[in-house]
Amino acid sequence: MSETQAIRTPFVQAVLDSSGTADTSGIAWVDAARRDNLASFAATGLPEARNESWKYTSLRALSQRGFAPVDLKAARTVAVDVPVLPGVTGARMVFVDGVFRTDLSALEALPAGLTLQSLPDALAADPEPLRFALSARHRHQAADAFAHLNAALARDGVVVKVAAGAHVASPVHIVFISTQAGVAWHARAVVDVGQGAHVTLVEHHVGLSDVASLGTLFADYTLRDEAVLDLVLVQDASASATLIRRSHARVGARAVGTVHAVELGGALVRHELMAELVGEAGRFDSRGVFALKARQHVDTQMEVRHQARDTASDALWRGVADGRSRGVFRGAIVVAEGADGSDAALSNKNLLLSAQAEIDTKPELEIYADEVKAAHGATIGQLDERSLFYLRSRGIPLTQARSLLTLAFCRAALSSLPNEALREHLGDLLVAHLPTGPVDA
Amino acid sequence: MHMLKIDNLHARVEGKEILKGLSLEIKPGEVHAIMGPNGAGKSTLGNVLSGREGYEVTAGSVLFNGRDLLALEPEERAAEGVFLAFQYPVEIPGVNNTYFLRAALNAQRKYRGEDELDSMRFLKLVREKLKIMQISDELLHRAVNEGFSGGEKKRNEIFQMAVLEPKLAILDETDSGLDIDALKQVAEGVNALRSPDRSFVVVTHYQRLLDYIEPDFVHVLAGGRIVESGDKSLALKLEEQGYAWLADAHPELAKAELAGERA
Repeated sequence: MSETQAIRTPFVQAVLDSSGTADTSGIAWVDAARRDNLASFAATGLPEARNESWKYTSLRALSQRGFAPVDLKAARTVAVDVPVLPGVTGARMVFVDGVFRTDLSALEALPAGLTLQSLPDALAADPEPLRFALSARHRHQAADAFAHLNAALARDGVVVKVAAGAHVASPVHIVFISTQAGVAWHARAVVDVGQGAHVTLVEHHVGLSDVASLGTLFADYTLRDEAVLDLVLVQDASASATLIRRSHARVGARAVGTVHAVELGGALVRHELMAELVGEAGRFDSRGVFALKARQHVDTQMEVRHQARDTASDALWRGVADGRSRGVFRGAIVVAEGADGSDAALSNKNLLLSAQAEIDTKPELEIYADEVKAAHGATIGQLDERSLFYLRSRGIPLTQARSLLTLAFCRAALSSLPNEALREHLGDLLVAHLPTGPVDA
Repeated sequence: MHMLKIDNLHARVEGKEILKGLSLEIKPGEVHAIMGPNGAGKSTLGNVLSGREGYEVTAGSVLFNGRDLLALEPEERAAEGVFLAFQYPVEIPGVNNTYFLRAALNAQRKYRGEDELDSMRFLKLVREKLKIMQISDELLHRAVNEGFSGGEKKRNEIFQMAVLEPKLAILDETDSGLDIDALKQVAEGVNALRSPDRSFVVVTHYQRLLDYIEPDFVHVLAGGRIVESGDKSLALKLEEQGYAWLADAHPELAKAELAGERA
């Protein structure tokens, strides 16, 4: 590895340069973990193309760029409009360039059983509950460069705790706003949904236009037995942003985790979603859609591991690519030995709207148990000419007909979202982002 | 004045000439039945008139109310008042039937410089039109044709016609796949829409439909052109004698074309 160290890419060099400015927590094990991760990051650098999991997403251009640290003073004071989402009426936590902003957040009168804290506040109050999520040893094993990078430099983030049995009715809005160009921000999310508790989290990424920043967000979700977590991801980042988001969910017995993801923005986005079904009869469903245009590159990696009996998962993902964009989807289902009675389904359908766009999809199925129901499929296609003609023969102009069919194709990923106001709004957002232009009826 | 004037129309599909000099004139309010053996070009005619891609017109002209119909996009033809009831209506998952119909109606109205209907006015219109062609509330709110039975699809076509109020409706083998009750319902819907300024082209393989939709004229399409025209008695003659007798009158037609075999 000495050779790698000798020739540091501008990306790695900038990280090492900026790491000196990051403050310490004063908690020995936290600071030690950060130092370890920084050293590991410096040793490995960004993954290269020969790394199978990065085969379709090249980091070559990224590795040649150096990102400055966030101007903390500016991030703490800059005036920004907090985006509003219909149907998302609960508490709110706002991060500007990765920095928690109390003044923009709404944390008063939280429902019973719900605790929302910034990472520094949570560490200051009691670091012990975070030891597992933040400790170097835990993260080390499968960790790659981005995991090390985030663990080394994330100073802020969100810590959510829902007490056993608490039902939080109103969705919690967690907003990440990028305002500074050329900087890198890193944030952590640690979410613990207690036994039998219910909560809906809406994670929302936005950016001022043309902010070519790098954001990394690493999230851990623990669903205790019978817990119910609905997670909605609205990725509406600036068209020039780079976003690396990785989440890991542990789903307990009879617990239900559901993810709805809408990927709209970003120049380079890598979204990794991993779920482990560790308790009997746990369930994890995921729904997602990306709509890409111009030169956007969005890479979604989804992996569900069935590790206990009678667990279930259902994944339904849609992709649309126009212009010279590129979409990547890898969906893996692993059913471990002994996880009998598991039921897993994965469907990934894609629509290519231009000859220059590209979509790579790779469904994977690994089954080590005997009595398992598993189905998976992936398709890439174009808009159906017969449907287009049918719509046009009734008077609907070509561009509108294309939009209607594209939206219809994407809607399957949203139709199961129970929050109607939010569902409608996300549909509208999709329409606005669709390369084919708006639909007005 | 003619509403539709087709003159010496030649059209190709995938390089093969299907229409070979078809001429037809239709005045407002008339119902023309077009019959003929399989492969004669009956469906091609409907597709060419409605502007489907893949149908290449190599000669001839089509005037619709004095305009060159062939120069228009499919959606423009629709807005000008041409409606094709499909032989095989397309299922479009994810597009709500009512939403689709309102989008279609408003697109046509916009094209014609009329104001668009808001959802209240549109629903009022839908309720009115349901009297002409009954389809269930459930089907109205489902995706376009998705999971509809054959009869429901055809009824939905006629319902769309009722809402869009075209000047010229082309029914492409609307009777195919319908049992007698469904056929009667569809025919009643069509008859309710007959008016002095609306014309119909009823393309059918069988005379049966014409018992319920009475045509003013019957034409026989064979070998890519209209070879016989008459009143409704021509349809009965075809029903009794088939198409073979045409060979005597038209020795230029190959036997295969009259037997309904695709060359």
